[in-house]
Amino acid sequence: MTKGATTVRPAPGFLARLAGKIGNLGLIAVLLCVWQYVSVTVLDSTSRVLLPPPTTIFAAAWELLSSGELLRHTRDSLKREMVAFLWASVSIPIGIAMGWWRGVERQLDPLMEMLRPIPPLAWIPLSILWFGIGDQQNQFIIFLGIFFPILLNTINGVKGIEVNLIRAARCLGASEGDILWRIVVKAAMPQIVTGVRVGLGVGWMALVAAELVGANSGLGFLINDARTVLRTDFIIVGMATIGLVGLLIDQAIRELGRRLLPWSQVMSR
Amino acid sequence: MSNLTVESVSKTYPGHSARDEPVLALDDVSFHVEDHEFCSVLGHSGCGKTTLLMMMAGFEQPSRGRILVDAKPIGNPTWQRSIVFQDYALFPWMTVQENISFGLEMKRIPSAERLEIIRRNIQLVGLAGFENRYPHQLSGGMKQRVSIARALAVDPKVLLMDEPFAALDAQNRALMQEEMGRILASSDIKQRKTMILVTHSIDEAVILSDRIIVLTRRPGRVKANVLVDLPRPRSEESPGFIALKRQIRDLIHDEFEIES
Repeated sequence: MTKGATTVRPAPGFLARLAGKIGNLGLIAVLLCVWQYVSVTVLDSTSRVLLPPPTTIFAAAWELLSSGELLRHTRDSLKREMVAFLWASVSIPIGIAMGWWRGVERQLDPLMEMLRPIPPLAWIPLSILWFGIGDQQNQFIIFLGIFFPILLNTINGVKGIEVNLIRAARCLGASEGDILWRIVVKAAMPQIVTGVRVGLGVGWMALVAAELVGANSGLGFLINDARTVLRTDFIIVGMATIGLVGLLIDQAIRELGRRLLPWSQVMSR
Repeated sequence: MSNLTVESVSKTYPGHSARDEPVLALDDVSFHVEDHEFCSVLGHSGCGKTTLLMMMAGFEQPSRGRILVDAKPIGNPTWQRSIVFQDYALFPWMTVQENISFGLEMKRIPSAERLEIIRRNIQLVGLAGFENRYPHQLSGGMKQRVSIARALAVDPKVLLMDEPFAALDAQNRALMQEEMGRILASSDIKQRKTMILVTHSIDEAVILSDRIIVLTRRPGRVKANVLVDLPRPRSEESPGFIALKRQIRDLIHDEFEIES
Protein backbone atom coordinates (compact mmCIF):
# COMPACT_ATOMS: atom_id res chain seq x y z
CA MET A 1 0.00 0.00 0.00
CA THR A 2 1.30 3.44 -0.86
CA LYS A 3 1.06 5.85 1.99
CA GLY A 4 -0.87 9.06 1.48
CA ALA A 5 -2.04 8.03 -1.99
CA THR A 6 -5.66 7.85 -0.96
CA THR A 7 -7.65 10.30 1.08
CA VAL A 8 -10.42 8.89 3.20
CA ARG A 9 -13.31 11.27 3.51
CA PRO A 10 -14.33 11.46 7.18
CA ALA A 11 -17.86 10.40 8.02
CA PRO A 12 -20.13 13.48 8.27
CA GLY A 13 -20.59 14.73 11.84
CA PHE A 14 -23.85 14.89 13.71
CA LEU A 15 -24.64 18.50 12.79
CA ALA A 16 -23.88 17.90 9.12
CA ARG A 17 -26.17 14.88 9.09
CA LEU A 18 -28.92 16.84 10.85
CA ALA A 19 -28.58 19.65 8.32
CA GLY A 20 -28.90 17.10 5.51
CA LYS A 21 -32.05 15.64 7.08
CA ILE A 22 -33.61 19.08 7.48
CA GLY A 23 -32.73 19.88 3.88
CA ASN A 24 -34.82 16.88 2.80
CA LEU A 25 -37.89 18.49 4.38
CA GLY A 26 -38.00 21.26 1.74
CA LEU A 27 -41.05 19.94 -0.10
CA ILE A 28 -42.99 19.54 3.12
CA ALA A 29 -42.18 23.15 4.09
CA VAL A 30 -43.44 24.37 0.71
CA LEU A 31 -46.66 22.36 1.03
CA LEU A 32 -47.24 23.76 4.53
CA CYS A 33 -46.86 27.29 3.15
CA VAL A 34 -49.32 26.57 0.31
CA TRP A 35 -51.76 25.10 2.83
CA GLN A 36 -51.43 28.18 5.04
CA TYR A 37 -51.97 30.49 2.06
CA VAL A 38 -55.01 28.61 0.72
CA SER A 39 -56.62 28.31 4.12
CA VAL A 40 -56.16 31.97 5.12
CA THR A 41 -56.73 33.85 1.87
CA VAL A 42 -58.65 31.59 -0.55
CA LEU A 43 -61.19 29.89 1.71
CA ASP A 44 -64.08 31.80 3.23
CA SER A 45 -64.56 31.68 6.98
CA THR A 46 -67.02 28.75 6.90
CA SER A 47 -64.75 26.56 4.79
CA ARG A 48 -61.79 27.57 6.92
CA VAL A 49 -63.42 25.74 9.81
CA LEU A 50 -63.16 22.53 7.76
CA LEU A 51 -59.51 23.11 6.81
CA PRO A 52 -57.84 25.30 9.43
CA PRO A 53 -54.38 26.68 8.56
CA PRO A 54 -51.25 25.03 10.02
CA THR A 55 -50.78 27.89 12.49
CA THR A 56 -54.16 27.12 14.06
CA ILE A 57 -53.26 23.45 14.20
CA PHE A 58 -49.95 24.11 15.94
CA ALA A 59 -51.84 26.28 18.44
CA ALA A 60 -54.32 23.45 18.97
CA ALA A 61 -51.47 21.00 19.44
CA TRP A 62 -49.99 23.27 22.09
CA GLU A 63 -53.35 23.58 23.79
CA LEU A 64 -53.86 19.80 23.89
CA LEU A 65 -50.29 19.22 25.06
CA SER A 66 -50.29 21.81 27.81
CA SER A 67 -53.63 20.65 29.17
CA GLY A 68 -52.22 17.11 29.32
CA GLU A 69 -55.17 15.83 27.32
CA LEU A 70 -53.11 14.62 24.37
CA LEU A 71 -50.72 12.72 26.63
CA ARG A 72 -53.60 11.11 28.53
CA HIS A 73 -55.25 9.87 25.34
CA THR A 74 -51.94 8.68 23.92
CA ARG A 75 -51.17 6.84 27.15
CA ASP A 76 -54.58 5.12 27.14
CA SER A 77 -54.16 4.02 23.54
CA LEU A 78 -50.63 2.76 24.14
CA LYS A 79 -51.74 0.87 27.21
CA ARG A 80 -54.45 -0.92 25.21
CA GLU A 81 -51.92 -1.78 22.50
CA MET A 82 -49.48 -3.18 25.06
CA VAL A 83 -52.06 -5.27 26.93
CA ALA A 84 -53.37 -6.65 23.64
CA PHE A 85 -49.81 -7.41 22.55
CA LEU A 86 -49.12 -9.34 25.76
CA TRP A 87 -52.17 -11.51 25.11
CA ALA A 88 -51.38 -11.85 21.42
CA SER A 89 -47.85 -13.03 22.10
CA VAL A 90 -49.27 -16.50 22.79
CA SER A 91 -49.17 -16.68 18.99
CA ILE A 92 -45.39 -17.15 19.25
CA PRO A 93 -45.44 -20.53 21.05
CA ILE A 94 -48.49 -21.58 19.01
CA GLY A 95 -46.69 -20.64 15.79
CA ILE A 96 -43.55 -22.52 16.81
CA ALA A 97 -45.61 -25.63 17.63
CA MET A 98 -47.50 -25.36 14.34
CA GLY A 99 -44.30 -24.92 12.36
CA TRP A 100 -42.43 -27.72 14.08
CA TRP A 101 -44.99 -30.51 14.64
CA ARG A 102 -47.01 -31.60 11.62
CA GLY A 103 -49.79 -32.97 13.81
CA VAL A 104 -50.34 -29.67 15.61
CA GLU A 105 -50.41 -27.81 12.32
CA ARG A 106 -52.91 -30.23 10.79
CA GLN A 107 -55.32 -29.67 13.67
CA LEU A 108 -54.93 -25.92 14.09
CA ASP A 109 -54.49 -24.82 10.49
CA PRO A 110 -58.15 -25.23 9.38
CA LEU A 111 -59.30 -23.26 12.43
CA MET A 112 -56.81 -20.45 11.82
CA GLU A 113 -57.62 -20.34 8.12
CA MET A 114 -61.29 -19.91 8.96
CA LEU A 115 -60.70 -17.05 11.43
CA ARG A 116 -57.90 -15.26 9.65
CA PRO A 117 -59.80 -13.81 6.66
CA ILE A 118 -62.29 -12.08 8.98
CA PRO A 119 -60.97 -8.51 9.36
CA PRO A 120 -60.54 -7.50 13.03
CA LEU A 121 -62.95 -4.60 12.45
CA ALA A 122 -65.72 -7.03 11.53
CA TRP A 123 -65.58 -8.22 15.13
CA ILE A 124 -66.47 -4.79 16.50
CA PRO A 125 -70.28 -5.22 16.71
CA LEU A 126 -70.05 -8.64 18.34
CA SER A 127 -67.29 -7.56 20.69
CA ILE A 128 -69.32 -4.55 21.87
CA LEU A 129 -72.14 -6.93 22.80
CA TRP A 130 -69.69 -9.24 24.54
CA PHE A 131 -67.51 -6.75 26.40
CA GLY A 132 -69.46 -3.47 26.30
CA ILE A 133 -67.77 -0.14 25.59
CA GLY A 134 -64.27 0.26 27.01
CA ASP A 135 -60.84 -1.23 27.43
CA GLN A 136 -61.69 -4.91 27.12
CA GLN A 137 -63.55 -4.53 23.86
CA ASN A 138 -60.78 -2.38 22.39
CA GLN A 139 -58.09 -4.78 23.52
CA PHE A 140 -59.95 -7.69 21.96
CA ILE A 141 -60.02 -5.97 18.54
CA ILE A 142 -56.35 -5.01 18.77
CA PHE A 143 -55.50 -8.55 19.89
CA LEU A 144 -57.06 -9.90 16.69
CA GLY A 145 -55.03 -7.44 14.64
CA ILE A 146 -51.73 -8.40 16.29
CA PHE A 147 -52.28 -12.15 16.62
CA PHE A 148 -52.32 -13.33 13.02
CA PRO A 149 -49.32 -11.46 11.61
CA ILE A 150 -47.16 -12.81 14.45
CA LEU A 151 -48.58 -16.32 14.05
CA LEU A 152 -48.01 -16.49 10.30
CA ASN A 153 -44.51 -15.06 10.51
CA THR A 154 -43.57 -17.44 13.29
CA ILE A 155 -44.82 -20.46 11.34
CA ASN A 156 -42.92 -19.32 8.24
CA GLY A 157 -39.82 -18.65 10.31
CA VAL A 158 -39.82 -22.17 11.75
CA LYS A 159 -40.58 -23.84 8.43
CA GLY A 160 -37.93 -21.82 6.65
CA ILE A 161 -35.08 -23.10 8.82
CA GLU A 162 -32.44 -24.81 6.71
CA VAL A 163 -32.59 -28.59 7.05
CA ASN A 164 -28.82 -28.74 7.40
CA LEU A 165 -28.87 -26.54 10.52
CA ILE A 166 -31.11 -29.09 12.23
CA ARG A 167 -28.99 -31.94 10.92
CA ALA A 168 -25.79 -30.26 12.06
CA ALA A 169 -27.23 -29.87 15.57
CA ARG A 170 -28.39 -33.48 15.61
CA CYS A 171 -25.03 -34.89 14.55
CA LEU A 172 -23.36 -32.75 17.23
CA GLY A 173 -25.38 -34.66 19.79
CA ALA A 174 -28.32 -32.30 20.44
CA SER A 175 -31.46 -33.83 21.90
CA GLU A 176 -34.93 -33.00 20.56
CA GLY A 177 -35.39 -30.46 23.37
CA ASP A 178 -32.03 -28.83 22.67
CA ILE A 179 -32.92 -28.58 18.98
CA LEU A 180 -36.25 -26.92 19.72
CA TRP A 181 -34.88 -24.41 22.25
CA ARG A 182 -31.39 -23.74 21.03
CA ILE A 183 -31.85 -24.04 17.26
CA VAL A 184 -35.47 -23.71 16.13
CA VAL A 185 -36.49 -20.82 18.38
CA LYS A 186 -33.24 -18.94 17.75
CA ALA A 187 -33.24 -19.48 14.00
CA ALA A 188 -36.85 -18.33 13.69
CA MET A 189 -36.31 -15.23 15.86
CA PRO A 190 -35.69 -12.66 13.09
CA GLN A 191 -38.92 -13.66 11.40
CA ILE A 192 -40.76 -13.59 14.74
CA VAL A 193 -39.55 -10.02 15.35
CA THR A 194 -40.72 -9.10 11.86
CA GLY A 195 -44.11 -10.57 12.78
CA VAL A 196 -44.21 -8.45 15.95
CA ARG A 197 -43.46 -5.35 13.88
CA VAL A 198 -46.16 -6.05 11.35
CA GLY A 199 -48.58 -7.13 14.09
CA LEU A 200 -48.14 -4.00 16.18
CA GLY A 201 -48.72 -1.92 13.05
CA VAL A 202 -51.95 -3.73 12.19
CA GLY A 203 -52.94 -3.61 15.87
CA TRP A 204 -52.42 0.15 15.95
CA MET A 205 -54.74 0.58 12.98
CA ALA A 206 -57.35 -1.66 14.58
CA LEU A 207 -56.99 0.26 17.84
CA VAL A 208 -57.96 3.58 16.29
CA ALA A 209 -60.99 1.99 14.63
CA ALA A 210 -62.05 0.28 17.84
CA GLU A 211 -61.74 3.53 19.78
CA LEU A 212 -63.78 5.44 17.20
CA VAL A 213 -66.84 3.45 18.17
CA GLY A 214 -66.23 1.80 21.50
CA ALA A 215 -64.19 3.92 23.90
CA ASN A 216 -64.32 6.87 26.27
CA SER A 217 -60.64 7.75 25.85
CA GLY A 218 -57.74 7.21 23.50
CA LEU A 219 -56.62 8.88 20.30
CA GLY A 220 -59.43 7.34 18.25
CA PHE A 221 -61.95 8.67 20.77
CA LEU A 222 -60.24 12.08 20.75
CA ILE A 223 -60.67 12.62 17.01
CA ASN A 224 -64.22 11.28 16.93
CA ASP A 225 -65.18 13.40 19.93
CA ALA A 226 -63.66 16.48 18.28
CA ARG A 227 -65.79 15.79 15.21
CA THR A 228 -69.00 16.16 17.21
CA VAL A 229 -67.95 19.65 18.30
CA LEU A 230 -66.44 20.55 14.91
CA ARG A 231 -62.89 21.00 16.25
CA THR A 232 -61.14 20.10 12.98
CA ASP A 233 -57.86 21.38 14.40
CA PHE A 234 -58.07 18.79 17.20
CA ILE A 235 -58.93 16.10 14.66
CA ILE A 236 -55.83 16.87 12.61
CA VAL A 237 -53.60 17.01 15.70
CA GLY A 238 -55.02 13.62 16.76
CA MET A 239 -54.41 12.14 13.31
CA ALA A 240 -50.83 13.41 13.27
CA THR A 241 -50.25 11.95 16.73
CA ILE A 242 -51.63 8.56 15.65
CA GLY A 243 -49.23 8.53 12.71
CA LEU A 244 -46.28 9.66 14.79
CA VAL A 245 -46.82 7.10 17.55
CA GLY A 246 -47.27 4.32 14.97
CA LEU A 247 -43.97 5.31 13.39
CA LEU A 248 -42.21 5.40 16.77
CA ILE A 249 -43.47 1.92 17.69
CA ASP A 250 -42.16 0.57 14.38
CA GLN A 251 -38.77 2.25 14.85
CA ALA A 252 -38.52 0.98 18.42
CA ILE A 253 -39.13 -2.65 17.41
CA ARG A 254 -36.64 -2.31 14.59
CA GLU A 255 -33.98 -0.92 16.91
CA LEU A 256 -34.72 -3.64 19.46
CA GLY A 257 -34.33 -6.28 16.74
CA ARG A 258 -30.99 -4.81 15.71
CA ARG A 259 -29.73 -4.85 19.30
CA LEU A 260 -31.00 -8.33 20.19
CA LEU A 261 -30.17 -10.04 16.89
CA PRO A 262 -26.89 -8.50 15.75
CA TRP A 263 -26.22 -11.54 13.59
CA SER A 264 -29.35 -11.10 11.52
CA GLN A 265 -29.60 -8.94 8.44
CA VAL A 266 -33.39 -8.88 8.56
CA MET A 267 -33.62 -5.68 10.63
CA SER A 268 -31.02 -3.69 8.74
CA ARG A 269 -33.51 -2.33 6.21
CA MET B 1 -10.19 -45.31 16.53
CA SER B 2 -12.80 -46.79 14.30
CA ASN B 3 -13.40 -48.58 11.07
CA LEU B 4 -16.48 -48.39 8.90
CA THR B 5 -18.10 -51.01 6.71
CA VAL B 6 -20.70 -50.49 4.02
CA GLU B 7 -22.36 -53.84 3.41
CA SER B 8 -24.43 -54.40 0.23
CA VAL B 9 -26.23 -51.09 0.64
CA SER B 10 -28.99 -50.22 -1.83
CA LYS B 11 -31.27 -47.21 -1.73
CA THR B 12 -34.52 -46.93 -3.63
CA TYR B 13 -36.67 -43.82 -3.71
CA PRO B 14 -40.36 -43.98 -4.49
CA GLY B 15 -41.29 -42.03 -7.64
CA HIS B 16 -42.88 -38.61 -7.38
CA SER B 17 -46.35 -39.92 -8.06
CA ALA B 18 -47.81 -43.35 -7.42
CA ARG B 19 -47.58 -44.31 -11.10
CA ASP B 20 -43.85 -43.55 -11.34
CA GLU B 21 -41.30 -46.33 -11.22
CA PRO B 22 -39.26 -46.31 -7.98
CA VAL B 23 -35.80 -44.81 -8.54
CA LEU B 24 -32.75 -46.90 -7.67
CA ALA B 25 -30.11 -44.46 -6.37
CA LEU B 26 -27.53 -46.88 -5.01
CA ASP B 27 -27.14 -50.52 -5.97
CA ASP B 28 -25.36 -53.07 -3.78
CA VAL B 29 -22.53 -50.81 -2.59
CA SER B 30 -19.92 -52.47 -0.40
CA PHE B 31 -16.55 -51.30 0.87
CA HIS B 32 -14.54 -51.15 4.04
CA VAL B 33 -12.67 -48.19 5.53
CA GLU B 34 -9.85 -48.99 7.95
CA ASP B 35 -8.95 -47.22 11.19
CA HIS B 36 -7.32 -43.81 10.60
CA GLU B 37 -8.00 -44.07 6.90
CA PHE B 38 -9.01 -41.10 4.74
CA CYS B 39 -11.46 -42.46 2.20
CA SER B 40 -12.96 -40.49 -0.70
CA VAL B 41 -16.16 -41.47 -2.41
CA LEU B 42 -15.80 -40.11 -5.93
CA GLY B 43 -18.54 -39.88 -8.52
CA HIS B 44 -20.58 -37.71 -10.84
CA SER B 45 -23.30 -35.57 -9.42
CA GLY B 46 -26.45 -37.58 -9.02
CA CYS B 47 -24.66 -40.88 -8.41
CA GLY B 48 -26.04 -41.10 -4.89
CA LYS B 49 -22.83 -40.28 -3.02
CA THR B 50 -24.43 -37.67 -0.76
CA THR B 51 -27.26 -40.12 -0.06
CA LEU B 52 -24.62 -42.64 0.97
CA LEU B 53 -23.04 -40.11 3.36
CA MET B 54 -26.41 -39.24 4.89
CA MET B 55 -26.99 -42.95 5.48
CA MET B 56 -23.60 -43.20 7.19
CA ALA B 57 -24.64 -40.33 9.45
CA GLY B 58 -27.98 -42.00 10.21
CA PHE B 59 -30.26 -39.40 8.61
CA GLU B 60 -31.47 -41.87 6.01
CA GLN B 61 -31.96 -45.62 6.10
CA PRO B 62 -30.66 -48.03 3.45
CA SER B 63 -33.42 -49.85 1.57
CA ARG B 64 -31.24 -52.96 1.75
CA GLY B 65 -27.93 -53.79 3.39
CA ARG B 66 -26.38 -52.10 6.40
CA ILE B 67 -23.63 -49.82 7.60
CA LEU B 68 -21.39 -50.77 10.50
CA VAL B 69 -18.95 -48.83 12.64
CA ASP B 70 -16.54 -51.06 14.56
CA ALA B 71 -18.64 -54.04 13.42
CA LYS B 72 -21.78 -52.63 15.09
CA PRO B 73 -24.75 -51.45 13.00
CA ILE B 74 -25.16 -47.69 13.26
CA GLY B 75 -28.27 -46.14 14.77
CA ASN B 76 -29.57 -42.59 14.95
CA PRO B 77 -27.37 -39.58 14.21
CA THR B 78 -24.81 -38.94 16.97
CA TRP B 79 -21.65 -36.93 17.60
CA GLN B 80 -19.72 -40.15 16.97
CA ARG B 81 -20.27 -39.49 13.26
CA SER B 82 -20.14 -35.73 12.83
CA ILE B 83 -20.60 -34.01 9.48
CA VAL B 84 -19.00 -31.14 7.59
CA PHE B 85 -21.64 -29.80 5.20
CA GLN B 86 -21.09 -28.24 1.80
CA ASP B 87 -23.07 -25.13 2.85
CA TYR B 88 -21.21 -25.00 6.23
CA ALA B 89 -24.48 -25.10 8.25
CA LEU B 90 -23.01 -22.82 10.92
CA PHE B 91 -25.45 -21.44 13.49
CA PRO B 92 -25.65 -17.77 12.43
CA TRP B 93 -26.57 -16.49 15.92
CA MET B 94 -23.46 -18.02 17.48
CA THR B 95 -19.91 -16.72 17.26
CA VAL B 96 -17.11 -18.93 15.99
CA GLN B 97 -16.32 -19.95 19.55
CA GLU B 98 -19.97 -20.66 20.41
CA ASN B 99 -20.42 -22.73 17.26
CA ILE B 100 -17.51 -24.94 18.21
CA SER B 101 -18.67 -25.05 21.81
CA PHE B 102 -22.19 -26.25 20.92
CA GLY B 103 -21.33 -29.92 20.43
CA LEU B 104 -19.18 -29.90 23.57
CA GLU B 105 -22.06 -28.51 25.63
CA MET B 106 -24.31 -31.21 24.21
CA LYS B 107 -21.71 -33.77 25.37
CA ARG B 108 -21.77 -32.16 28.86
CA ILE B 109 -18.06 -31.49 28.84
CA PRO B 110 -17.09 -29.26 31.80
CA SER B 111 -16.42 -25.68 30.82
CA ALA B 112 -12.71 -25.51 31.67
CA GLU B 113 -12.00 -28.52 29.49
CA ARG B 114 -14.31 -27.11 26.83
CA LEU B 115 -12.27 -23.92 26.47
CA GLU B 116 -9.09 -25.93 26.02
CA ILE B 117 -10.65 -28.10 23.28
CA ILE B 118 -12.02 -25.02 21.51
CA ARG B 119 -8.63 -23.29 21.64
CA ARG B 120 -6.87 -26.34 20.22
CA ASN B 121 -9.30 -26.76 17.34
CA ILE B 122 -9.33 -23.06 16.46
CA GLN B 123 -5.54 -23.27 16.31
CA LEU B 124 -5.69 -26.38 14.14
CA VAL B 125 -7.81 -24.75 11.43
CA GLY B 126 -5.94 -21.43 11.66
CA LEU B 127 -8.72 -19.22 13.02
CA ALA B 128 -6.99 -17.76 16.08
CA GLY B 129 -8.16 -14.15 16.54
CA PHE B 130 -11.58 -14.78 14.98
CA GLU B 131 -13.19 -16.43 18.02
CA ASN B 132 -15.80 -13.73 18.54
CA ARG B 133 -16.82 -13.17 14.92
CA TYR B 134 -20.23 -14.16 13.68
CA PRO B 135 -20.44 -16.41 10.60
CA HIS B 136 -21.76 -13.60 8.38
CA GLN B 137 -18.53 -11.71 9.09
CA LEU B 138 -16.40 -14.55 7.67
CA SER B 139 -15.44 -15.55 4.12
CA GLY B 140 -16.55 -18.89 2.69
CA GLY B 141 -13.19 -20.50 3.35
CA MET B 142 -13.18 -19.34 6.96
CA LYS B 143 -16.73 -20.58 7.49
CA GLN B 144 -15.70 -24.00 6.29
CA ARG B 145 -12.76 -23.95 8.71
CA VAL B 146 -15.18 -23.27 11.55
CA SER B 147 -17.38 -26.09 10.36
CA ILE B 148 -14.43 -28.49 10.31
CA ALA B 149 -13.30 -27.37 13.79
CA ARG B 150 -16.83 -27.78 15.11
CA ALA B 151 -17.11 -31.32 13.74
CA LEU B 152 -13.66 -32.32 15.03
CA ALA B 153 -14.14 -30.80 18.49
CA VAL B 154 -16.71 -33.39 19.56
CA ASP B 155 -14.04 -36.04 18.94
CA PRO B 156 -16.08 -38.21 16.55
CA LYS B 157 -15.17 -41.77 15.65
CA VAL B 158 -15.74 -40.98 12.00
CA LEU B 159 -15.70 -37.55 10.33
CA LEU B 160 -18.07 -37.30 7.37
CA MET B 161 -17.54 -34.56 4.77
CA ASP B 162 -20.07 -33.72 2.07
CA GLU B 163 -18.28 -31.87 -0.75
CA PRO B 164 -16.85 -29.49 1.84
CA PHE B 165 -14.89 -27.34 -0.61
CA ALA B 166 -17.32 -27.33 -3.55
CA ALA B 167 -18.92 -24.00 -2.65
CA LEU B 168 -15.57 -22.16 -2.43
CA ASP B 169 -13.93 -20.23 -5.26
CA ALA B 170 -11.07 -21.93 -7.09
CA GLN B 171 -8.24 -20.31 -5.11
CA ASN B 172 -9.79 -20.95 -1.73
CA ARG B 173 -10.60 -24.50 -2.70
CA ALA B 174 -7.00 -25.23 -3.69
CA LEU B 175 -5.79 -23.58 -0.48
CA MET B 176 -8.14 -25.59 1.72
CA GLN B 177 -7.23 -28.85 -0.03
CA GLU B 178 -3.56 -28.10 0.43
CA GLU B 179 -4.04 -27.19 4.07
CA MET B 180 -6.14 -30.26 4.75
CA GLY B 181 -3.36 -32.30 3.13
CA ARG B 182 -0.85 -30.65 5.47
CA ILE B 183 -2.94 -31.37 8.55
CA LEU B 184 -3.18 -35.00 7.43
CA ALA B 185 0.56 -35.17 6.70
CA SER B 186 1.66 -33.59 9.96
CA SER B 187 -0.71 -35.38 12.29
CA ASP B 188 0.35 -38.62 13.88
CA ILE B 189 -1.29 -41.45 11.96
CA LYS B 190 -2.43 -43.09 15.18
CA GLN B 191 -4.17 -39.87 16.26
CA ARG B 192 -5.89 -39.34 12.97
CA LYS B 193 -9.65 -39.74 12.63
CA THR B 194 -11.27 -42.06 10.17
CA MET B 195 -12.57 -39.68 7.55
CA ILE B 196 -14.96 -40.08 4.66
CA LEU B 197 -15.06 -37.42 1.96
CA VAL B 198 -17.70 -37.25 -0.72
CA THR B 199 -16.49 -35.35 -3.78
CA HIS B 200 -16.67 -35.05 -7.54
CA SER B 201 -13.15 -33.61 -7.79
CA ILE B 202 -10.47 -36.09 -8.87
CA ASP B 203 -7.71 -33.73 -7.70
CA GLU B 204 -9.23 -33.42 -4.27
CA ALA B 205 -9.57 -37.18 -3.90
CA VAL B 206 -5.99 -37.85 -5.01
CA ILE B 207 -4.45 -35.11 -2.83
CA LEU B 208 -6.18 -36.27 0.34
CA SER B 209 -7.12 -39.94 0.22
CA ASP B 210 -5.67 -43.22 1.39
CA ARG B 211 -8.47 -44.96 -0.44
CA ILE B 212 -10.70 -43.85 -3.30
CA ILE B 213 -14.05 -45.46 -4.01
CA VAL B 214 -15.17 -44.65 -7.56
CA LEU B 215 -18.91 -44.87 -8.06
CA THR B 216 -20.71 -45.41 -11.36
CA ARG B 217 -23.46 -43.15 -12.61
CA ARG B 218 -27.01 -43.68 -11.45
CA PRO B 219 -27.59 -46.11 -9.99
CA GLY B 220 -24.35 -45.80 -8.02
CA ARG B 221 -22.30 -48.99 -7.89
CA VAL B 222 -18.69 -49.41 -6.79
CA LYS B 223 -16.67 -49.17 -9.99
CA ALA B 224 -13.25 -49.29 -8.37
CA ASN B 225 -11.70 -49.42 -4.92
CA VAL B 226 -8.27 -47.82 -5.26
CA LEU B 227 -5.67 -47.81 -2.49
CA VAL B 228 -3.46 -44.73 -2.68
CA ASP B 229 0.09 -45.29 -1.55
CA LEU B 230 1.73 -41.93 -2.17
CA PRO B 231 3.87 -40.16 0.44
CA ARG B 232 2.39 -37.08 2.18
CA PRO B 233 2.32 -34.19 1.69
CA ARG B 234 1.64 -34.96 -1.93
CA SER B 235 3.17 -33.07 -4.78
CA GLU B 236 0.94 -32.60 -7.78
CA GLU B 237 3.96 -32.79 -10.08
CA SER B 238 5.22 -36.19 -8.90
CA PRO B 239 4.94 -38.99 -11.50
CA GLY B 240 2.97 -41.18 -9.08
CA PHE B 241 0.41 -38.46 -8.52
CA ILE B 242 -0.03 -37.82 -12.26
CA ALA B 243 -0.30 -41.53 -13.06
CA LEU B 244 -2.93 -42.08 -10.40
CA LYS B 245 -4.90 -39.07 -11.53
CA ARG B 246 -4.91 -40.42 -15.08
CA GLN B 247 -6.01 -43.84 -13.89
CA ILE B 248 -8.94 -42.37 -11.94
CA ARG B 249 -9.86 -40.06 -14.78
CA ASP B 250 -10.04 -42.99 -17.19
CA LEU B 251 -12.34 -44.82 -14.79
CA ILE B 252 -14.62 -41.81 -14.57
CA HIS B 253 -14.50 -41.13 -18.31
CA ASP B 254 -15.54 -44.68 -19.17
CA GLU B 255 -18.56 -43.98 -17.14
CA PHE B 256 -19.29 -40.84 -19.08
CA GLU B 257 -19.14 -42.66 -22.41
CA ILE B 258 -21.46 -45.44 -21.34
CA GLU B 259 -23.96 -42.79 -20.41
CA SER B 260 -23.76 -40.78 -23.66
